[in-house]
Amino acid sequence: MSTPHVAKPKKAKTPHTKPVDIDQSKSELAHHEHHDDGAGHGTVKSYLIGFILSVILTGIPFALTMMHILPSSSLVPVILVLGIVQILVHLYFFLHMNASSSQVWNNAAFVFTLIIVGILVIGSIWVMFHLNHNMMPGMAPM
Amino acid sequence: MLTAPAHNIPAMSPDTPLLNLLFGKLRLDSVPWHEPIIMIAGAGMVGAAILVLGLTTYFKKWTYVWTEWLTSVDHKKIGAMYIILALIMLLRGFADALMMRSQQALASAGGAGYLPPEHFDQIFSAHGVIMIFFMAMPFVIGLMNIVMPLQIGARDVAFPYLNSMSFWLTAAGAILINASLVIGEFSHAGWLAYPPLSELEFSPGVGTDYYIWALQISGLGTLLSGVNLITTIFKMRAPGMTMMRMPIFTWTTLVANMLIVAAFPILTVTLALLGADRYLGMHFFTNDGGGNPMMYVNLIWAWGHPEVYILILPAFGVFSEVVATFSRKRLFGYDGMVYATFAIGILSFLVWLHHFFTMGAGANVNAFFGITTMIISIPTGVKIFNWLFTLYRGRVRLELPMLWTLGFIITFVIGGMTGVLMAVPGADFVLHNSVFLIAHFHNVIIGGVVFGCIAGLNYWFPKTFGFKLHVGIGKVSFWCWLIGFYIAFLPLYALGLMGMTRRLDFVNNPVWHIYLIVALCGALLIFVGIIAQIVQIVYSIWKRDELRDLTGDPWDGRTLEWATSSPPPFYNFAVLPKVGNHDAFWDAKQTGTAYVQPKSYEPIHMPHNTPTGFLIGIVSAGLGFGLVWHIWWMAGGALLVMIGLGIAHTFNENRDYYVPAEEVKAIEDAHFANLKKAGN
Repeated sequence: MSTPHVAKPKKAKTPHTKPVDIDQSKSELAHHEHHDDGAGHGTVKSYLIGFILSVILTGIPFALTMMHILPSSSLVPVILVLGIVQILVHLYFFLHMNASSSQVWNNAAFVFTLIIVGILVIGSIWVMFHLNHNMMPGMAPM
Repeated sequence: MLTAPAHNIPAMSPDTPLLNLLFGKLRLDSVPWHEPIIMIAGAGMVGAAILVLGLTTYFKKWTYVWTEWLTSVDHKKIGAMYIILALIMLLRGFADALMMRSQQALASAGGAGYLPPEHFDQIFSAHGVIMIFFMAMPFVIGLMNIVMPLQIGARDVAFPYLNSMSFWLTAAGAILINASLVIGEFSHAGWLAYPPLSELEFSPGVGTDYYIWALQISGLGTLLSGVNLITTIFKMRAPGMTMMRMPIFTWTTLVANMLIVAAFPILTVTLALLGADRYLGMHFFTNDGGGNPMMYVNLIWAWGHPEVYILILPAFGVFSEVVATFSRKRLFGYDGMVYATFAIGILSFLVWLHHFFTMGAGANVNAFFGITTMIISIPTGVKIFNWLFTLYRGRVRLELPMLWTLGFIITFVIGGMTGVLMAVPGADFVLHNSVFLIAHFHNVIIGGVVFGCIAGLNYWFPKTFGFKLHVGIGKVSFWCWLIGFYIAFLPLYALGLMGMTRRLDFVNNPVWHIYLIVALCGALLIFVGIIAQIVQIVYSIWKRDELRDLTGDPWDGRTLEWATSSPPPFYNFAVLPKVGNHDAFWDAKQTGTAYVQPKSYEPIHMPHNTPTGFLIGIVSAGLGFGLVWHIWWMAGGALLVMIGLGIAHTFNENRDYYVPAEEVKAIEDAHFANLKKAGN
């Protein structure tokens, strides 16, 4: 199936030459373990815990909505809070974010994401509130 | 070239359960057989495809095409394929533009023109969608793909197989758009498909569905490509290349891809909600059932405004490289350029409401977004001045990339100023949805993005293919584009101030007629420019031996991509360069460390080619087609095949190999022999 650029055997390593890796970050960190690039790695157990927590956190809002347990005034905030908890579960168990991560880019990317999501959520609520207030005064849901 | 009218959706075709099961909504009369324009355009498209396939077969090139291109994971070849896709779609999108211009010119002096309204609506929708998603985006992603890994001294992108898949997903979106020309219809709801018009109630045909799925599939490709390129920049820079030593094009690539990763999920979710309305009877954006169409407008522009900066930032990067190279000077204000790029990146998420000032958010909201819009012109202005100060007292060479850059600086400043004009909400209430707006955004997108892409094409073509593009024909193309642009769009500024709104298939005002005639002439001149562009490429391929670049450094360049041969070997760099400054190759030439052949080479670790990305991409077109026509077995089957191919690929252990040192030595010896021949 796969076609190499050149029809040569897969490995032509000679013992006295060190192969050059295309991933230079590894050669820079040659004294580290092969996969230690600063980010955390999960285990089967942590992935399973994360999966089960996600299922539970998804199941609760569905159950609350379908069984009409809560009035809608308190249902919406509960779903929102559970959604945020779900995000944290994903970040911790699946994306392996934690405060001890030595990878500065993980945290920088996370801060960038927080800024963008914050701008979008707060901005959209602000914009839509004013739009509804001005254009559909009878139907403003807030 | 154009899109089918809406009234062709079968209403009287036989509807047996078996036919519905097998073909969904698709019937023989879904194809507009009686529309001569569409049939001719479709025949042309099919004919061109048959010609290409036939020639490939005739010259027995299928093995070559398969192993060297379709299954390639080489970032340079994938980038080249992106740009080929962009050029093909440029022709299609420009044909739409010519049809709109000629219709308005014909239908403004009492005539009715030649396009019925529902057809005209599809043409302007298709023009916008194609030009943004399938011309501009593939072009900038193609340039980033080819150049960025070379600039940072890497051997490929971080995830080569993912890169191939990203391209073929984008290509699948383009296939769907082109299929809509002949089979069924395209959306008639504008390039952003505002509801409620795009809802099932008002758009019962398949046009909007083509729109949704073409964009969802290609958008996924774009998002994955963004992840890939960001990782490449963070993880694979040459030793010594700190962030503040990266070339400016790499910086703009980084920020543009951060915007892609941050913004494209918004598009995906928004279109998914619209799709849920249309397919599952939900009410996110409908008029009734608690839906709110204004939320769609809010969300789509929260993606849409960053999108224009995703397009323009890489173009800014191209100009920065070109200005420094052809002025033979270090770029003025490197740090300022980096900070300006970041400022534009963040601010681009703070201005989206200026696209709907008139929708009624009120004075406070409008004032806030008006001011942020004006603020974003400051870092952009910083960049303009940096380019001007780089030119100042430089030894400027007016090569083709430089011509495009000078054309850009003048044109983009005019477009930027008309943009700031509309950032005043009061003024925008007069100009909103007028052709003044059309003139403004074409002024920045043609003057900025398109000029940047063509400057980049002329600048990096010798690097990618090993020979320069012909200068004389390139100049014809440049002047036709530049003059044609002004003749085509300055009348639109005037018409907008006179009150002409956009998207009119019929103009009931004889005073405007002459302006529309002039605009049509401008569009025809741009058409000559596009033809010249194609002639330039074809002629240069024909005369490639005379235009050959032996040194790998045809322009006396400054950054690392010029340190390797043209075209670069598939591993890019035999020995990874050491970087001490942001004009790494220029410094190497000054200190005499360039062009020194190392004594020995080491084996190089490279990825194998794989057909998986190509297959997943092509099958995803089937997924989209099935979803558009409600052919559920086809959609479900295609999805299963895609997942299966993806899983099967994870079992492929034979992903990489080592290029033996002797082979590297042979390739490098040939390069150094060429260098000697060229006198270096």
